[in-house]
Amino acid sequence: MKSFDYIRAESLSDASKAMGDGAQLIAGGTNLLDLMKLQIMSPDRVIDITRLPGLSDVAPYKDGVKIGALVSNSDLAADPKIKALYPVLTRAIVAGASGQIRNKASTGGNLLQRTRCPYFYDTSMACNKRAPGTGCSAHGGAGRMLAILGTSDDCMAAHPSDMAVALRALEAHVEITSANGETREVGLDTLYRLPGDRPDLETTLAEGEIITAVILPAPVKGSVQSYRKVRDRASYAFALVSVAAVVTMDGDKIDTASLAFGGVGVRPWKDAQVDALLHGQTPDQALFAKAADRLLAQAKPHPEAEFKRPLVKRALIAALREATGLAPATAGTDKTRDAV
Amino acid sequence: MKTELKVNGQLHTLDHDPRMTLLDALRDDLHLTGTKKGCDHGQCGACTVLLDGRRINACLTLAAMHDGCEITTIEGLGEPENLSALQTAFVSKDGYQCGYCTPGQIMSATGMMDEVRAGDPSHVSTDLSGDVPFDDAEIAERMSGNLCRCSAYPFIREAIAMAAEVKK
Repeated sequence: MKSFDYIRAESLSDASKAMGDGAQLIAGGTNLLDLMKLQIMSPDRVIDITRLPGLSDVAPYKDGVKIGALVSNSDLAADPKIKALYPVLTRAIVAGASGQIRNKASTGGNLLQRTRCPYFYDTSMACNKRAPGTGCSAHGGAGRMLAILGTSDDCMAAHPSDMAVALRALEAHVEITSANGETREVGLDTLYRLPGDRPDLETTLAEGEIITAVILPAPVKGSVQSYRKVRDRASYAFALVSVAAVVTMDGDKIDTASLAFGGVGVRPWKDAQVDALLHGQTPDQALFAKAADRLLAQAKPHPEAEFKRPLVKRALIAALREATGLAPATAGTDKTRDAV
Repeated sequence: MKTELKVNGQLHTLDHDPRMTLLDALRDDLHLTGTKKGCDHGQCGACTVLLDGRRINACLTLAAMHDGCEITTIEGLGEPENLSALQTAFVSKDGYQCGYCTPGQIMSATGMMDEVRAGDPSHVSTDLSGDVPFDDAEIAERMSGNLCRCSAYPFIREAIAMAAEVKK
């Protein structure tokens, strides 16, 4: 690890002011310290924000819930409001990492964790995300873990978060606070950039801006929510593909469906056309297959990631079968409760 | 820089480089070598300790971030003549071969048992609202952050189940 100055921020404005070139915020540290040990990231200043007041609560907010950026992944998953009203978020969080990591990892840090693309992690390889302009060694290389949606010639790295996939299905926003204390709220589609020719620029956060909360809209009453993750081993592995689904029924037809996908996108992936295609329809295998085909219409897999097409299709079908009641619910599928 | 840590009930003041992880502080400065360094990247769980009562990977956090915090290591769990329920169970069930991962396994299981008692859900929990069963599938899932290269997993799970029975 390269040496750095350690700064413990006492206030949000302290932290904002200390940011800038060569500075890095630290909260849980579970991803950042790994990257610093490998010298993939080597900040000059590390700003510890773990003692900032007011960022560690899960509290009612407008019609929904506000999650402070420092709430640990474990606390968020176990929160009674989240388990009852937004169960897909609990399911996605406990599908990721290990018990030890989830106890440390923060909500804000989960959103800003870096890709686990093997070429990003190997400093002897070309990587446009780690070292802009050097190229991408994934071309002609190992491609099993790469994204298949939203990729560019310069970068195919998949976004690693499970939590963020559920947040996209729940239409969550992030609250961003600037150095002068002003806040703005943006959706995850606005927070995350597509890689294009600058995969090193991952978010739209401006200098001095800090994610201070995640905001969940009003709970989707009467919905069935499902998170289905497929990975190389049963636990503690990143998604090959994952599907988050929030579905309401009107009689025997789908009223609303909000789907999001992990392991396949350069950012937690959502496609409004997929949701629209399901709206008002009678759930069956053919409809779900059509939704998957729509999702995959723009997919450009690396040859070794071709398997993700049929895999995400099957995962989508399986998730929707449970969410619409065509198949009995298994662990991962929950009906929202009316109250906490 | 200086950091004050309360480790196994005893207060220590460290004078250290900001880069020092909590794991290196415990092993190199405080000579508490029961906490093991396996991968040093949060993948193996050999460095698991309790931070203010919750299990974490000591390798993935900076000592500097824990000024004033309470740390429990395997040395603080029991004495050779007065083992914790989990330590007794690991001996009784032969929950190891080489033993290198064992302190991490026991610290992780100690924290995990509290999480189960609090009703925290896991990936294999069928119901998010009710009590969590302390069955083999739950133990396996909840212990997935601890690797055992000798693959003593069946006996590790048995030991944890045995300790859970004792604690009831």
